[in-house]
Parts: sequence; C-alpha cells; structure tokens
Amino acid sequence: MADLVENILREEAEKESKYKTIVVQKDVDIEIDDGNLLAYDPNPIDVELFRSNRNEYLSNLARDNTQLLFNKLWTLPVEKVENIVLAKLPNPSTQFPREKRLPKPKPETKWEKYAKVKGIQNKKKDKLVWDEQHKEFRPRWGYGRANDDTKDWLIEIKSNADPDEDPFAKRTNAKKERTAKNELQRLRNIARSRYGKVPGVGLTPVDKPNKDQLNKALVLAKKSTASLGKFTEKLPKEKATREKGKRRKFEPCVGDMKKEKDKQLHILHTLSQAPPVNVAKAAQQFMSQEEDNATFSKEGGRKKRGDKAGRRSKAGGRPPKKNKGFQNRGKGGKGGKGK
Amino acid sequence: MVLQRVVKPKTHKGRKFLENREPKIEENDKVAMFIKGGNTSQTVSQVLKEMYMLKKPTGIMMKRKNVVRPFEDQTTLEYFSEKNDASLFLFGSHSKKRPHNLVLGRFFDHHILDMVELGIENFRSMFEFQNDKCSHGTKPCIIFSGQDFEQLEDYDKLKNLLMDFFRGPKTEKIRLSGLELVLQVTAIDNKIYFRTFRTVLKKSGTKIPRVELEEIGPSLDLVVKRSMFGSDDLYKRANKKPSEAKKSKTQKNKSRTNLGDKMGRIHMQKQNLDTLQTRKMKGLKRKKGSDVVEGEAGETSESTNEKLRKMSE
Repeated sequence: MADLVENILREEAEKESKYKTIVVQKDVDIEIDDGNLLAYDPNPIDVELFRSNRNEYLSNLARDNTQLLFNKLWTLPVEKVENIVLAKLPNPSTQFPREKRLPKPKPETKWEKYAKVKGIQNKKKDKLVWDEQHKEFRPRWGYGRANDDTKDWLIEIKSNADPDEDPFAKRTNAKKERTAKNELQRLRNIARSRYGKVPGVGLTPVDKPNKDQLNKALVLAKKSTASLGKFTEKLPKEKATREKGKRRKFEPCVGDMKKEKDKQLHILHTLSQAPPVNVAKAAQQFMSQEEDNATFSKEGGRKKRGDKAGRRSKAGGRPPKKNKGFQNRGKGGKGGKGK
Repeated sequence: MVLQRVVKPKTHKGRKFLENREPKIEENDKVAMFIKGGNTSQTVSQVLKEMYMLKKPTGIMMKRKNVVRPFEDQTTLEYFSEKNDASLFLFGSHSKKRPHNLVLGRFFDHHILDMVELGIENFRSMFEFQNDKCSHGTKPCIIFSGQDFEQLEDYDKLKNLLMDFFRGPKTEKIRLSGLELVLQVTAIDNKIYFRTFRTVLKKSGTKIPRVELEEIGPSLDLVVKRSMFGSDDLYKRANKKPSEAKKSKTQKNKSRTNLGDKMGRIHMQKQNLDTLQTRKMKGLKRKKGSDVVEGEAGETSESTNEKLRKMSE
C-alpha cells in the first residue's frame, strides 16, 4: 500500500518536472471577454518589483494573463473543418461605439403607401420567361431579354392606323415617356420623404385620360388665355364646370369683433414670446459656416478673405455689421460720402 | 440609402460601393487611418509604420504630410474619415513643444467621438527584436492590466478606445492554433506600457497548452497628454443597439447535409391506425343495424366496438 502511494507521488513529480504548469494564481479573477479575445487584470501591480526590472515583470505578467485567457478559450466548444480546430466564440460582452448611426427605415413611396392601405401585395415573378421566338427561357428584363419588342423589324398595324405615323418611333417614344415618368415619380418620392408635401405637377400626358382628367384639361385650356378665359366661347350643350381652382379668402371688413380681437391678441402673444428656433437648421448653418471658414483659411486662392477675418477678430472683436454706414450717417464727416 | 440619392449610381459596381458605405445594422470592421503630421520624427514615422503593420488588412497609411492639429481643428480629419470610410485614426507629429506625439482617436458618423494624445517616451522597433514575427492580419489577444484603468479618470474610455483600435475583425469562430499575437497594455505610474508578444504553445500534459511569450515589438512607453471625449449624450447615441440585432435568428429545425441538401425536422402527431382506411370492398362494408364489422370482427378492439355500437344505436 505504502509503495503504491509512493509510486503515484513519484509519477506526479516526474510529470511536474517534464511539463510546466498551466495553473496561474491570482488574488482577483481577471475579467475575460472571450468573444473579443480581451482580458483585463484588475490586480494591483507590485511597483517595487516592476521598477527593479520592468521588461521582465511585464512579460511575466503578460504570460500569466495570456495563460488564463487561453485556459478559458480552450474550454470553448470546438468544431473541426478540414482538419483545422475552430473554437466557437461566444457573443462579445464589451460594447464598442458604432461606426455610423443606426440605419433609418427606408421611406415609403407613394405607391407603397397606397398598396399598404389597399392591401395590395407584390406578386413574385419568375426571373426567366419562355421566349416563343428563340424557343428557350430568357431573362424577363435586361440584356437579351425575352420577347424583346424593340428588336422587331416588322410591326403589324391596324387598317385604320395613321399612314404618316412611324410605328417604330411611336414605340420608342412611348418607352421614353414611361422612363421619364418613372424618373419624375422617383424624384417626387425623394422630395416627399425629405420635405413632406410636394407641389403637384399639373397635367401630365396620359395614354387614356379618364373623365376627371379630361375635365381638368378642358377647364385649364379655357382659362389659359390673356383674359383668363373671360371671352372664351362655350361649346354647345356645355355644362358649367365646378372646377375653379383655389381662391383666396379675406375676412370681411366689418363683422365679427370677437374673432378679430382674438386674432390680434394671438399675434401679441406670439410676439411677446421668444422666437421659435429651428435647432437642426441652425446647427447645420453654424456647421457649414465653420467649414467655410476652415476652407478659407486653408486654401491659397481665397487666403485674403480668411486673413481679413482673422485680423478683425484680433483687433477688438467688433462684430461686422452690414448697416455700418447707416450708423455713422447722423454724425456727418465719416459717413458723409454717401450721396 | 442608395435609392434616396437624386443622382443614381450609374454602374452596378458603383451602387455596391455606395451600399457598402451606408449605415448598417451589422457594421463593417472599423478601418484605421495612419496620418503623418506636418513634421514627424524618425520615431513617430516608425511607430506609425509598425502600428499599420499590426492593423494591416483594415488600415490605411497616408503617404503625405498633413499639417493638422487634431485638438484645434478637426475638419480635415473628419473629411479624411468620410473620404476613406474610416472610423479610427492614429496621427503622429513631432514638435519642440510636443515631441514624438501620437493622437489616437475614433469617429462616430464621421465626426470625432474621442481622441487621446500620447507622448512616446521609449520606443523599440519590431526590427530590434531578432526573432520570428507573426503573420499579417492575425486577430490579437489584448490584455490590459493595472488598477489605473479603473481608478484614473477617463482611463476606462482610453481602454475602450485601445480595445476598439486593435481588436481586429469580428469573428464567430477562431482557429485555436492561430492565436499568435498578444498585445499587452499596462498602466502604472501614470504611464502606459504597450508591449507586443508572439505566443509559443508548449505541451503541458493536459489538453490546454502551456503558453510562453516572446516579445516581437513594437514596444512603447506612453504618457497621456491632452484628451477629448465626446459628451455622454453622444456616447449614448453611438452605443445605441439596433432592435433587429438584439433578436437571435437561430433556426432550430433546419440543417444542411454534406451534399448541400436542405433538411428540416417537422413535428407530427402520432397516426391513429384504428381509423386507417384499408382497401374498400363490398364484402367489408358495414351493414346497417349490425354491431360488429365483418372481416374485422376478431381484431377490433373493445373501444371501437363500443363506438360502433353507439353509432348504430
């Protein structure tokens, strides 16, 4: 029995001498973020030992801490890919500031808004379509697309078609019109998302105008004379149109006293308060001004302006005023040159 | 948003390029710029060069001199950040007043978030250490030590900044034998000691190896000088987490086989064999009024018999 214990102890001692240990003793546990391979050792540093031999102390400290980090990393779940051992890192616990602000949700287009209200959903279309002519599947749109009507060398026309009209030109024109319309709508959508309301574009050409559109067009055409349609003759059996456009409305000169009083009081109230400041706009203005100043002082060509500004501020900080001449006018002499 | 631009990108490549620069929920790895000031000493240039080597796949070394004072005018740096889509910088300069000067900083949304000025006191280049170096682009283990990081003012922010600067690409998996580079940052006596090591893994008799370190440089002794940290409000905004990222998107019941086939596990209720429709034959038809089904008479369980009886009644 005693022999057995001795043997085991001897074996242990041999092992100890063969390999160095991986155990590291610390008073306070080090904080490890294995998701980022980071470690922080909050233990106090032995300043005297450090001062006696800096580099050795630091490298010993680094070794111990690295050992502790690796001890933790080696316990992570492991995966083998092509004979390489990969450890799966947990989610990092240290938080770092973002590089850019959070992405804003994409603003809805007018159509998307409408579709949402109406419950219209996109139908997924296949990317490839059967091309009857080439007897193969081709992309629905783009280069080498299926059933490409721009490549037609012959167009069938109806018997009552206009003989002077070029059907090829008509087709290309129609296509151009469609792309232009789409581009306009895209830009209007951008403007709508930035500024909210966008003024209307008036009448745009439509393939098959409906009753309302025709009516609007008629009213506008009738009004579009020098005398604003006063002398435009009426068509036979024409009904009076209700479309009149916007009219300005004025308060009656004599009338509701209370309403007038309230209005005046409201104006007085707003005047007595501090003027509202659009903070975002003001900040933007300030920043652009700063930027301008910076570029002026840097660039060679515009140096003069920057220098002037610098001198002025050094001289006493009098704010440059636009109506400088006005102030001095009363005294004569200095401002007297103005005729 | 690329689609929200008035002038649309003309090529697919251009569109992809712009999309890559847009704010994202899962962000790109941060890119660091290494900028030389109007006047740099040999030490400063060498430090910039070697830090660039440590940071290499996500670093940009600026070749020209830039007469910039980061603490006085930040517009140039912010312009560089926007131009290069970089959000970290290390600026080096040398003057009589501030000899061997480094400015380490980062941006949020292309505006300076924080920066710290560090004076180099002792520098040993990586070429002074005659040994093997580790390969480019290895993700370093970063080790901080010293109570100063907890006790001194703004040192926690400096710690975070240093971590952010050197941490390398984000990964989910890592090759254990590829953990080569160790950066050590120690704060003692108001100084910061930056050391770089290469790991040597040795047998320990257990599964976990015994780690030995070999210093490979660069090694720097730094003194903290001026610093500029953004307001708490700005930090709060920069540390905002997207609600989409908080949710985990693990799908438990889908997997792929080695051949690339998609496999899914579905959960079904146990099939009731009692009501299974067997072959229909005239002879097996249930007669009206009879309480036992012909052909099945011996095998049907009691419960079904009872049910049938109830139905017939």
